[in-house]
Amino acid sequence: MIEVRFHGRGGQGAVTAAEILAKAAFEDGKYCQAFPFFGVERRGAPVMAFTRIDDKPIRRRYQVYKPDYVVVLDDGLLEVVDVFSGLKEGGKVIINTSNGVETTNGAEIHKVDATGIALDILGVPIVNTILLGAFAGVTGAVSIDAIIKIIKETFSGEIGEKNAKAAKLAYEAAKKG
Amino acid sequence: MVSIGAAVKEPGSTRKNKTGSWRTFKPILDKETCIKCENCIMFCPEGCINKDYDIDYDYCKGCGICAEECPVKAIKMERE
Amino acid sequence: MVLKVMSANQAIAEAVKLANPNVIPVYPITPQTTISEYLAKFVADGEISAEYIRVESEHSAISAALGASGTGVRVFTATSSQGLALMHEIIFAAAGLRAPIVMADANRALSAPLSIWNDQQDSISERDSGWMQVYAENGQEALDSILIAYRVSEDHSVLLPSMVCIDGFILTHTVDPVDVPEKGDVDKFLPPYKPDHAYLDPKRPMSIGTFTDPNYYMEARHDMELALEGAKDVIANANAEFAEIFGRKYDFIEKYRSDDADTIIVAMGSICSTIKDVVDEHRDNGEKVGLVRVRVFRPFPTEEIYDAIKGASNVGVLDKNISFSVGGVLHNEINAKMDVKANGFIVGLGGRDIKPTHISEIIEKTKNTTKTTQWIGLNKEEL
Repeated sequence: MIEVRFHGRGGQGAVTAAEILAKAAFEDGKYCQAFPFFGVERRGAPVMAFTRIDDKPIRRRYQVYKPDYVVVLDDGLLEVVDVFSGLKEGGKVIINTSNGVETTNGAEIHKVDATGIALDILGVPIVNTILLGAFAGVTGAVSIDAIIKIIKETFSGEIGEKNAKAAKLAYEAAKKG
Repeated sequence: MVSIGAAVKEPGSTRKNKTGSWRTFKPILDKETCIKCENCIMFCPEGCINKDYDIDYDYCKGCGICAEECPVKAIKMERE
Repeated sequence: MVLKVMSANQAIAEAVKLANPNVIPVYPITPQTTISEYLAKFVADGEISAEYIRVESEHSAISAALGASGTGVRVFTATSSQGLALMHEIIFAAAGLRAPIVMADANRALSAPLSIWNDQQDSISERDSGWMQVYAENGQEALDSILIAYRVSEDHSVLLPSMVCIDGFILTHTVDPVDVPEKGDVDKFLPPYKPDHAYLDPKRPMSIGTFTDPNYYMEARHDMELALEGAKDVIANANAEFAEIFGRKYDFIEKYRSDDADTIIVAMGSICSTIKDVVDEHRDNGEKVGLVRVRVFRPFPTEEIYDAIKGASNVGVLDKNISFSVGGVLHNEINAKMDVKANGFIVGLGGRDIKPTHISEIIEKTKNTTKTTQWIGLNKEEL
């Protein structure tokens, strides 16, 4: 079973990201589960969301404490939340940042300037789909084709196209390393 | 134990939750251009601009309402 | 069968679309809100031919639901926590007027302290109302339970409302694969509602909601008790027919590896999924541990639960509610109705996450019988 933890803030799309990842994994033929943990219900407040992916149906319903992968939508959270908490050995962390990030526990860190890409392509600083593209490139746990298909199902029309394009760009950048 | 009725007995504890890190965009106020009309002070939903037109970045969430309401465009929103 | 990935809230909305009620009065409240949003969209898009009433409170939502049901049509509403508490007065009236309303409750803690997160105190606190109550384990069961609830509630020998309870966030906001049945199959299972007992029609004048003096009230309540007890047969038949049409078999309780178990955990709702994983781990270590999941809480399946747990030496009952100074409600009802000495555990109040280690701790503590209700998962400094 692959367990993923997303850290974001209300309004950044962490919950939607976790759901898109689950639906994409299902599209790839896997079983899936995704759910949020809200702090307070307001824009900007720290939020966690979780995705589980497995070859068989998933029953357990507690929060993810030992993730294989962590996705951080906002590097401002690094000061507030221990995003590395419980990360499995050999686990990977994908962070939206344009700054340097110190690693702890020898975690493998992948930095993506998702806000830059988002402002360029989408015109708004919503980074969830971009990080999903990067996630597919870094981990290989889900196919980029499935991610793009679900992004287009989730956001219709031009917004879907733009998000798909942004995700693909982040995927290719992550593939190059 | 939490306190009886989960009462919060320390006044001003909300200030411990510095919401400035929520920003994507940061308001920069140019005091040369500013005409001291107080629009930004009145419209800021967080009360983050004082009478000297200093912005409290510990709590400013970067909503941009101040820049929107400034009649002389003295406030620019810059990426954090 | 086509599986789609969706939340239990969406699954409930899909079930409502399939049941096609005529009137949907709802008031949004976290974590039920997306149910009212999906239904508003279905109505706006013409996918349900229902009157969607935007009421000003939950008290109005259930009042409008009761009024609509009184005109003899199928009705749906949904709420959570404070909303259900605000409905309390009309919840009892709806059962007493024998209105076959179906309602979803997104289980959430009651204030104070204010909490938006999950426990089952809200619906458990309405247990004496005369409503039937089902606690779903996952989104699929939430969907299926709505369809079964209409079938049972509208049965002329029952005519009592049903509450389908789903754990807030843990189910309402969790997406996983769900099979949405075909409309044609649902129509076979759930015929249109044909009211006969009480409805407002100028061609057949009658009064409902009248005052009763002491000569009648007790009989009316006694009839409700008979109807709720009698609902067991109707539920069993509905479950059997549901399994025949849709291939998914539901019962009053679900037994998971409990037949030969020395230690049995009894619980309701979504936590049972995690417990099954923990049971498997203990079984792998050679321990005879099992789970009995109570699915139908009202009518209370005394015989079914007793048959399932009587062979075990140790029984531990989990409650996501507390009747202060008495203990968990499910635990106390089991000990009161059956010749067993089950241990009671309070877990997961106000969204406290229940981890596998907590379940293992409960299994261990169940081995020593005690009358004291034990709280699991409290922060250490609070002990």
